[in-house]
Amino acid sequence: MTAYPETAAAVLPLRRRGRPSKSPRLRAASPIVYLVALVVIGLMLAPIAYIIIGGFRTNSQITVDPSGLPDPWVFANYLDVLTGEVFWRQVLNSAIVGFATTLGVIVLGLMASFVLARYNFAGRGALYALFAAGLMFPLTVAITPLYIVVRSLGLMNSLGGVILPQIAFALPVTIIILVPFLRAIPEEIQEAAAIDGCSRLGFFWRMVLPLSVPGVVTVGILAFVGSWNSYLLPLFILNDQAAFTLPLGVQAFSSEYSVDTAKVLAFTSLSMIPALIFFSVFERRIVGGLTGAVKG
Amino acid sequence: MTARVDSATEIDVPTGPAHRDGGVAQATPPSPRRRRGNGWGARLEIALLVGPALIVFLGLVIFPVVMAAYYGFFSWKGFGPPTDFIGFRNYLTIVQDPAFQEAVLHNGTIVVLSLLLQGPAAFLLALLLNRRMRGQSIIRVLIFVPYVIAEVVVGTGWSLMLQTNGAVNDQLEKMGLGFLAQDWLSNPDLAIWTLMGIITWKYIGFAVILFLAGLQGIPDELNEAAAIDGATFWQIQRHITLPLMGPTLRIWAFLSIIGSLQLFDLVYIIWGQYVASTAGTSTMATYMVAEGRNAGNFGYGNAVAVVLFVISLVVALVYQRFVLRRDTEGAITGDQKKGRFQR
Repeated sequence: MTAYPETAAAVLPLRRRGRPSKSPRLRAASPIVYLVALVVIGLMLAPIAYIIIGGFRTNSQITVDPSGLPDPWVFANYLDVLTGEVFWRQVLNSAIVGFATTLGVIVLGLMASFVLARYNFAGRGALYALFAAGLMFPLTVAITPLYIVVRSLGLMNSLGGVILPQIAFALPVTIIILVPFLRAIPEEIQEAAAIDGCSRLGFFWRMVLPLSVPGVVTVGILAFVGSWNSYLLPLFILNDQAAFTLPLGVQAFSSEYSVDTAKVLAFTSLSMIPALIFFSVFERRIVGGLTGAVKG
Repeated sequence: MTARVDSATEIDVPTGPAHRDGGVAQATPPSPRRRRGNGWGARLEIALLVGPALIVFLGLVIFPVVMAAYYGFFSWKGFGPPTDFIGFRNYLTIVQDPAFQEAVLHNGTIVVLSLLLQGPAAFLLALLLNRRMRGQSIIRVLIFVPYVIAEVVVGTGWSLMLQTNGAVNDQLEKMGLGFLAQDWLSNPDLAIWTLMGIITWKYIGFAVILFLAGLQGIPDELNEAAAIDGATFWQIQRHITLPLMGPTLRIWAFLSIIGSLQLFDLVYIIWGQYVASTAGTSTMATYMVAEGRNAGNFGYGNAVAVVLFVISLVVALVYQRFVLRRDTEGAITGDQKKGRFQR
């Protein structure tokens, strides 16, 4: 965490990292290794499988045999959730919050990082240090006063009341990842652009934006996944069921239908599908981005 | 890399306007001067580009934290401006409240157990997976899946499975291990271990991925040389891999400690604020939410937030000072001295 400037180096070569291009001299795996790996994966996936498969059972099946397979498979739970309005409203809310947060973080973060990376002015170091210090204030610590600020802004029960703070709290990581990234764009490119009559802002628009796409993708994914899963902030800000995001919805649903275990399981597994799809599409970026953002 | 070093020194130089203007900067071509002219146009650009981010950041991150320190001195129900100034009495109450002391103890336990359980397990797993094998990338992805799933989903799923008549006990019975069946969630002797199990399940993937990335940065030649000199596999791991993995391990431990100190979601979802204290899994953050917002005592809640922040800050600074220091000394000593990259 301390060695922030290393981040770009860690993030940049992501594309190449794809396959562990380790030399063939690396020890080959024995059957025991595969066995252990299988057991570990089984342990990691079993709870998820339980949630998904449980949704295909009835409550009486679950009561009689809590850890069995569906017999017969029933689709009523999933259909109920999918045809109900509640689930889709929460998906929509979560999607709005997620995309707005991501967009806001990228736009604000990129603009600020561009200045911090490529302008010379008194107080630049201090400004960077200020944003970096934001890492010391995780949302958990600030939630109580933040709730009061959001309330006095009149943003209670509105998605904006979740989006704005999420943008604010994602800015430090974003800036820390993007500044070294933008700094790594060679000066020559900027000079060439200037000679060709490109202004600073034109350079930002035409050169920096396209060149910073890999960094932006990493930052955007971190922001989106964080927003999609976020629980504490919506818990404080959104009291109105109509504004609930998925995590709040899952919890409300599971206490409202606490006797209907099968339906809770169906609702829960549907709620994780978007995140799982997102993860499988951007898996390499997420894994690489997290290790890149963290590695010192 | 060079750009980084240069820019670090750059900041230190008290560049007056004269320095920043054209000629001087051009006179020193090797230094990657960003931009020369810093006239009004440039200042306007800077203001326009940084302004929005700065306003959002100051208003919603820094301002609330500062206000927390202020509100913490009041007995305040959260309506109207706080008027009932009570000095340090909130803080006295916090420190003397047995419920808070228990929460601190739980947080401490979670910090230590997270390091002891996840660290070695993740390290061994990473060692195991760091070799030529089929499907390595899919294995990595699958181990990482729990990390990506929302805490709410994890909490809901596990709390259903861990009911006394839930899937875990049932499965134990089926495997002929019925005597191991437990009241996993509400037995106060056991609940914190249950929590540790869930935490390990959810977060170990992150550690494994991080360690694997670290392992792949270790040159094979070192291992080979050691093997030629007759070192056994475990000797190599102990004397070569482990020391070289130091920086990765220390960063991971830092993140794990801070995360453990701030733990909220899983506990609050699985146990709720009331059961958490009887089952012995309450944390400082759940205490803050329960005694602050949920009880309507916003002055008190803010004071708890300040305590939580100070504890995290002290731990972070001590860790930085005594553990992380050696990692950063070589690489960015200059920056360290200026405190630019210090947290």
